[in-house]
Amino acid sequence: MRITGSCSGGELKLRFSGELDHHSAREAMDAVSERIDALLPRRLTLDLSGLGFMDSSGVALLLRTEKKMRELDGRLVVTEVPAQSLRVLRAAGADKRLTIRE
Amino acid sequence: MRAINEVRVEFPSHSGNEAFARSCAACFAAQLDPTLEELGDLKTAVSEAVTNAIVHAYPDKLGTVGLKLRVLEGGVLEVTVRDRGVGIPDVARAMEPMFTTGGDERSGMGFSIMESFTDGLRVRSAPGRGTTVVMLKRLSRREES
Repeated sequence: MRITGSCSGGELKLRFSGELDHHSAREAMDAVSERIDALLPRRLTLDLSGLGFMDSSGVALLLRTEKKMRELDGRLVVTEVPAQSLRVLRAAGADKRLTIRE
Repeated sequence: MRAINEVRVEFPSHSGNEAFARSCAACFAAQLDPTLEELGDLKTAVSEAVTNAIVHAYPDKLGTVGLKLRVLEGGVLEVTVRDRGVGIPDVARAMEPMFTTGGDERSGMGFSIMESFTDGLRVRSAPGRGTTVVMLKRLSRREES
């Protein structure tokens, strides 16, 4: 898993690439949390276009991130979700709890 | 049902082996010429079953996880994930959506996803003896889809 990003005007943009599973999720969550805590963005955009695979560990990461942003009066937007990741989000019912944009 | 082809692998319950297990299943399934969507579903279901074994079956130590893959007649792939870990005291409850003993790092949706992404799921477990998950996945050859 690789996370790259940029921040400007209160918006933090992060791009995930690689495979998001139980093995990689904890490190990824720590990396996302550190950046949110350091930058306190009003809006976090997660670009998932580089994800080759995601399972329910990724769903848990996205829901925890959404909760963290909400607690900071911010907002999470998930974009560029690959087909396999979207099927997992839908099967878990998480697509209804997240803001997902094309 | 008669198996046309079969492979068995065993690996220690290192989390790094989750990727190995799902890739192994996808490579074996390739002989049935599945669609990309079917391969994605298969990899996801295998990843969930193997992650359950790694996280829950052996919480305090490394153990062995077995993966058996069989091609059955009619283009059906059977996947068996077996551990000899702590077992599940109440399988029906563990399979309820959102149920987890893993804290907020787990979504509690592993069994729901396995059910959604396969054509059959059976779970057998005995406390102290381990858990066996058997999944069936019907794979349509691409020229038929």
